[in-house]
Amino acid sequence: MSAATLTAPPAPAVYTVPDAAYERAFAAIAARSGEPAVLRQLRRSAFAQLQQRGFPTSKHEEYRQTNLAAVLQRSAFALPERPGAAALRAAERAAHPGAAFGGPQLTFVDGHFTPELSRLKSLPAGVRAGALLAANDAGDDRLARLGELADIGGENTLVAFNTAFFSDGAWVEIAPGAQVDAQIEIVHLATGGAGVPTMAHPRQLILAGRGSRAKVVETYLSLNGAAHLTNAVTEIFVAENAELEHARLQQENTAACHISAVHSRQAADSRLRLHALTFGGALTRNDVVTVLHGPGAEALLNGLYVAEGRQHVDNHTVLDHAEPRGASREYYRGILDGQATTAFRGRILVRPDAQHTDAVQSDKNLLLSSDCTANADPQLEIRADDVRCTHGATFGQIDEEALFYLRSRGVGAEMARHLLIFAFAAEALGRLNPSPLRTRLETELFSRWTGLTPPEGAEASGG
Amino acid sequence: MANPLLKIEDLHAAVQGKEILRGIDLAVGAGEVHAIMGPNGSGKSTLAGVLAGRDSYEVTAGRVTYAGQDLLEMAPEDRASAGVFLAFQYPVEIPGVGNLYFLRAALNAQRRQRGEEELDAADFLQLAKKRMKLLEMDDTLTRRAVNEGFSGGEKKRNEIFQMAMLEPKLAILDETDSGLDIDALKVVAQGVNALRDAQRAMLVITHYQRLLNYIVPDYVHVLAAGRIVKSGGKELALELEEKGYGWLEPEAAAV
Ligand SMILES: Nc1ncnc2c1ncn2[C@@H]1O[C@H](COP(=O)(O)OP(=O)(O)OP(=O)(O)O)[C@@H](O)[C@H]1O
Ligand SMILES: [Mg+2]
Repeated sequence: MSAATLTAPPAPAVYTVPDAAYERAFAAIAARSGEPAVLRQLRRSAFAQLQQRGFPTSKHEEYRQTNLAAVLQRSAFALPERPGAAALRAAERAAHPGAAFGGPQLTFVDGHFTPELSRLKSLPAGVRAGALLAANDAGDDRLARLGELADIGGENTLVAFNTAFFSDGAWVEIAPGAQVDAQIEIVHLATGGAGVPTMAHPRQLILAGRGSRAKVVETYLSLNGAAHLTNAVTEIFVAENAELEHARLQQENTAACHISAVHSRQAADSRLRLHALTFGGALTRNDVVTVLHGPGAEALLNGLYVAEGRQHVDNHTVLDHAEPRGASREYYRGILDGQATTAFRGRILVRPDAQHTDAVQSDKNLLLSSDCTANADPQLEIRADDVRCTHGATFGQIDEEALFYLRSRGVGAEMARHLLIFAFAAEALGRLNPSPLRTRLETELFSRWTGLTPPEGAEASGG
Repeated sequence: MANPLLKIEDLHAAVQGKEILRGIDLAVGAGEVHAIMGPNGSGKSTLAGVLAGRDSYEVTAGRVTYAGQDLLEMAPEDRASAGVFLAFQYPVEIPGVGNLYFLRAALNAQRRQRGEEELDAADFLQLAKKRMKLLEMDDTLTRRAVNEGFSGGEKKRNEIFQMAMLEPKLAILDETDSGLDIDALKVVAQGVNALRDAQRAMLVITHYQRLLNYIVPDYVHVLAAGRIVKSGGKELALELEEKGYGWLEPEAAAV
C-alpha cells in the first residue's frame, strides 16, 4: 500500500468562491455615495465573508438537496437600478395583490422602495414603517440592528450575499401595547429584466414592541415569466408578551430562483406565528431560524408548499428553545405533482435551560404523481430532560376512503379528487388567523384545483 | 313483486381473492323497509358497499338491477344521482372540506346530473335549516369540516342529516344505531321515519332489535357467511334477540 492511499482525500468543497462578476457588481455598490458609514462597513464585511467562503454546494450538509452554488454561479445576475417609467407602469398593475385590503403597504420593485406604489399615509396608530435606508436619513439607528439575528458570518452565506447587495428594505415597528388590526403589507416585485436575469436582495426588519399585536405579510411576485433571483432576509424581534403574525407568500414565476432567510427572536411570553407559503419558483430555498429567547414564548411555524412540473422547494427550519416553558408547533405540508421535488429539514434544539418545553413537529406530503419526490428530515437535539417533543412525517396519496365518501354522495370523481387536494391545503391556510390574505388564498387555491369560484358565504373549508 | 326497485340476484363478491358474499338474492320494493341482521363479519357492510359502488370489492358473479338499470355498471356518483344513498358504518372525516359546502356541492351535482335546476345559496340554507331541525342538529356541527372531530354519535346523526338533505330513493343504513345514545336513537329514528314514504325503500343493517322498535321493518333477513339464511317479518328480529344466531343453519353459527 502506498503512502498516498493512506492520506485522507481532500474534503469535498462545501462552498465555491463567487464568480468575478459579483466582484464587479459589488465594486459598483461600494462606490455608491450617500450610504451611511455603518452600512458601508457592514456591506464590506459581508462581501468579504462571501468571498472567503462562497456559495454552498450540495457537498454542504445543509444544502445536500439543493445545490445553490450551481444556480448562483451559472450566470451572473444583473442588479437593476430603480425602475424606469415603463417598469413602474407594469408594476402598478401587479402591485396591489391586496388592493382590496386597503391597509398600509410598502412596495419594492427589484428591491428598490417604490413610494409611488406604496401606501404609507395615515398608518394605523402605533405603527411606524418605511424604507430601511430612508429611515436612517431621519437619524434612526435601525441600520445598526441589521445583522443582529441574521449573522453575516454564519454558515448560511446567502445572508452575507444579501447584506452586501441589498438595495433597500422594509422596516416596520409596532409600538409597545399597540393593537393593530390592519394587515401590514410588504410587496416585492421582480421585473425580470431583458436577457440577463436580474437579482434582488430584499431585506425586512420587523420590531414588535412589548404587549403589541400586529400582522405583517410579505408577498413576492414576478411581473413576467423571465428568470430572476430573489435572495431575501427578514429579521423579526418580538418583545415581551407581544403577538405577531407574519406570513411570507411566494408566488414568483416558475423560472425564478427564490432564496430566503427568516430569523426571529422572541422575548418572554411572546407569541409568533410564522407562515411560509410557497407556490412559485423553479427553485426555492427557505430558511427559518426561530429562537425562543424568553420563558413561556410560543411559536407556530406553518408551512405550505405546492410544487408541480419541475419545481423544487427546500424548507429548512431551526426551532431553538433556549428558555423554559416554551411551546412550538411546527406544521409543514406539501402538495407535489409532476416531477416536483421537495425537502424539509426541521431541527428542534432544546437547550439545557429550556425545561418544560413542549414541541410538536409534523411534515405531511400529498403526492399526486408517481414521479414527484418529497424528503423529510427531522432533527431533534434535546439537552433538557423534562420536555415533550414529538415529530412525524407522512407521504401519501389521496385518501381512497374519503374519495369514495364524496362520490357516494354524488360528487363526481374528478371534483371529489380536487376537493380533497384543496382540503389538504385548506388545513394549512386554516392556521392563518382570519384575514383578507387567508380569504384570498382560499379562493385562489379553491379555483386552482376545482376550476370554480367558491360559493359566497359557504366556507368551502369549514370552520 | 313484479318490478322491485332493487333486485339482487345470486350476488358473489370477493375482497383480495377472498369470497365474502356467496350468493345473495334479495328484492326490495318501493316503500318497503328491509332489515338485515347477522353476525360480525358475515358480509353486511360488504353488501352495502357493493351496492354503493365501493371499488375495493370484486363482484365475481350475479347481478343487481336498480330501477331497471344495471347498478353494478354505474359509477358511485351516478348511483347517488339515481337515488342510492349509503349511511356509512364508519363515516369518514374530511378535514378542510366544510360540511355544508360539501352537501351543497353533492346536492347540486346530483340535481345537475338529473337535469334539475341547482339550488341557490338561500334555498339550500333554508332546506338545511329545516333538516337540521328535524334531526336536532346543532349548527356549530354543520359549520365544521365534514365529520372532523365529531363524536361517534354525531357522525351517525350527520349521516342521516345528509340523507334527509339528499332525499334518496334507496337508503342503505349501515349500523346507524351503533354509537347513538338512547335519546339520539329516537331522534335519528324519527328522522328516518319522516322520510318513509311509498316511493322510498330502505335497507337497515343493525345488530339490535331496539332500532327496529322505532323503524319498524316490513321484512327481516339474516345474513350469515355471505348468504341470506333466513327471512321473515318483524317478529324474526325479536326471535333473534332472544335466541341469537346459533339456532339457524350450522354454517351461520360457525361464523
Ligand atoms: N378490505 C378488506 N380486506 C380484507 N378483508 C376484508 C376487507 N373488507 C372486508 N373484509 C372481510 O370481509 C368480511 C365481511 O366484512 P363486513 O364488513 O362486510 O362484515 P359485517 O357483516 O358488516 O360485520 P360487522 O357486523 O362487524 O360490521 C370480514 O371477514 C372482513 O374481515
Ligand atoms: Mg359492518
